[in-house]
Amino acid sequence: MKLLITIFLGVLTAWTGFAQTPVIVNYTELKPLLHKQNDTTYLVNFWATWCSPCVEELPYLEAINEKYEGDEAFKMLLISLDFKRHLDSRLIPFIEENKLDPEVILLSDTDANYWINDIDSSWTGAIPATLIYRNKQRWFKEGSITFQEIDSVLINHFFKTE
Amino acid sequence: MKKILFFFLLFGSLSSVFAQGYQIGDKAMDFSLKNIDGSMVSMADFKEAKGFVVIFTCNHCPYAIAWEDRIIELHQRYAAKGYPVIAINPNDPEVQPADSFEKMIERAREKNFPFSYLFDEEQSVYPVYGATKTPHVYLLEKEGKDLIVRYIGAIDDNYEDANAVSKTYLADAVEALLAGKAPNPAETKAIGCSIKFKK
Repeated sequence: MKLLITIFLGVLTAWTGFAQTPVIVNYTELKPLLHKQNDTTYLVNFWATWCSPCVEELPYLEAINEKYEGDEAFKMLLISLDFKRHLDSRLIPFIEENKLDPEVILLSDTDANYWINDIDSSWTGAIPATLIYRNKQRWFKEGSITFQEIDSVLINHFFKTE
Repeated sequence: MKKILFFFLLFGSLSSVFAQGYQIGDKAMDFSLKNIDGSMVSMADFKEAKGFVVIFTCNHCPYAIAWEDRIIELHQRYAAKGYPVIAINPNDPEVQPADSFEKMIERAREKNFPFSYLFDEEQSVYPVYGATKTPHVYLLEKEGKDLIVRYIGAIDDNYEDANAVSKTYLADAVEALLAGKAPNPAETKAIGCSIKFKK
């Protein structure tokens, strides 16, 4: 029965083009998603709707996602740093308007002094910032990215078979 | 000899490319930047000051806006004790039009800024300090003729809610200096808007 409901909801979601509603997490909840050890390559982008360089690079990220999303060994996460109180008024409308496909999660955790370093000690806290990881292998960049840059990092450092 | 000189130049230029800015204990440079009232402001102008709360901030960034009232309070609390706030907008208005000098004047009027709000028009100050985002704080202490970097980082630990702050990093750091102690922590991090530089 549960399975049927899940399938029904899944079909309904696909059929209506229902936009995603991001979950709100704290860092303790987010951290496991930044350390999965399952051979999948994860691309994690830290952004916000009000951050113009972040919004400018979203099309590159979507193009990357489109290129690799069929691949089971790739997953993209967009970690929004929008204010929690702006979830309904800004973040969800932005996702709908831009038909954002990759999963969006809203990180709301005030202890940034802890989690910025924990994500990458070289990160000063400016966004956008992008983390790519596969098992123990990690690549991090603070600042804007381009399609070519990310694509070549993925191809040369993550998708190559060892 | 030429070769050595060449390497010297190469490394000199490389190290400036990869400059990380100031570390705790470094001597900070003074500057002469245009204030919102049209005057040029340097830290050397503040003869009575014991030091400075230099904050790279701007008009448009939601984080900068969220902390604005707290920056005003910090100035009101600590200017009289010798630590005035000096706010500096490092952004290029061609990239971020909301951070133009005219808009700085507007914002300062709206909020009645009690501190200097300077424009790093040439974008020559923030890279030397190593600021990467707004807001980004450098707390300086006068030592003879020098300005020593004593604290770098965040204002406090809650951008969303001033009433829910649990760690007042910057105020604690100023209090430590006033008590003749070294700030601990001397460095903290917060999320901020990347500084918009000329492309």
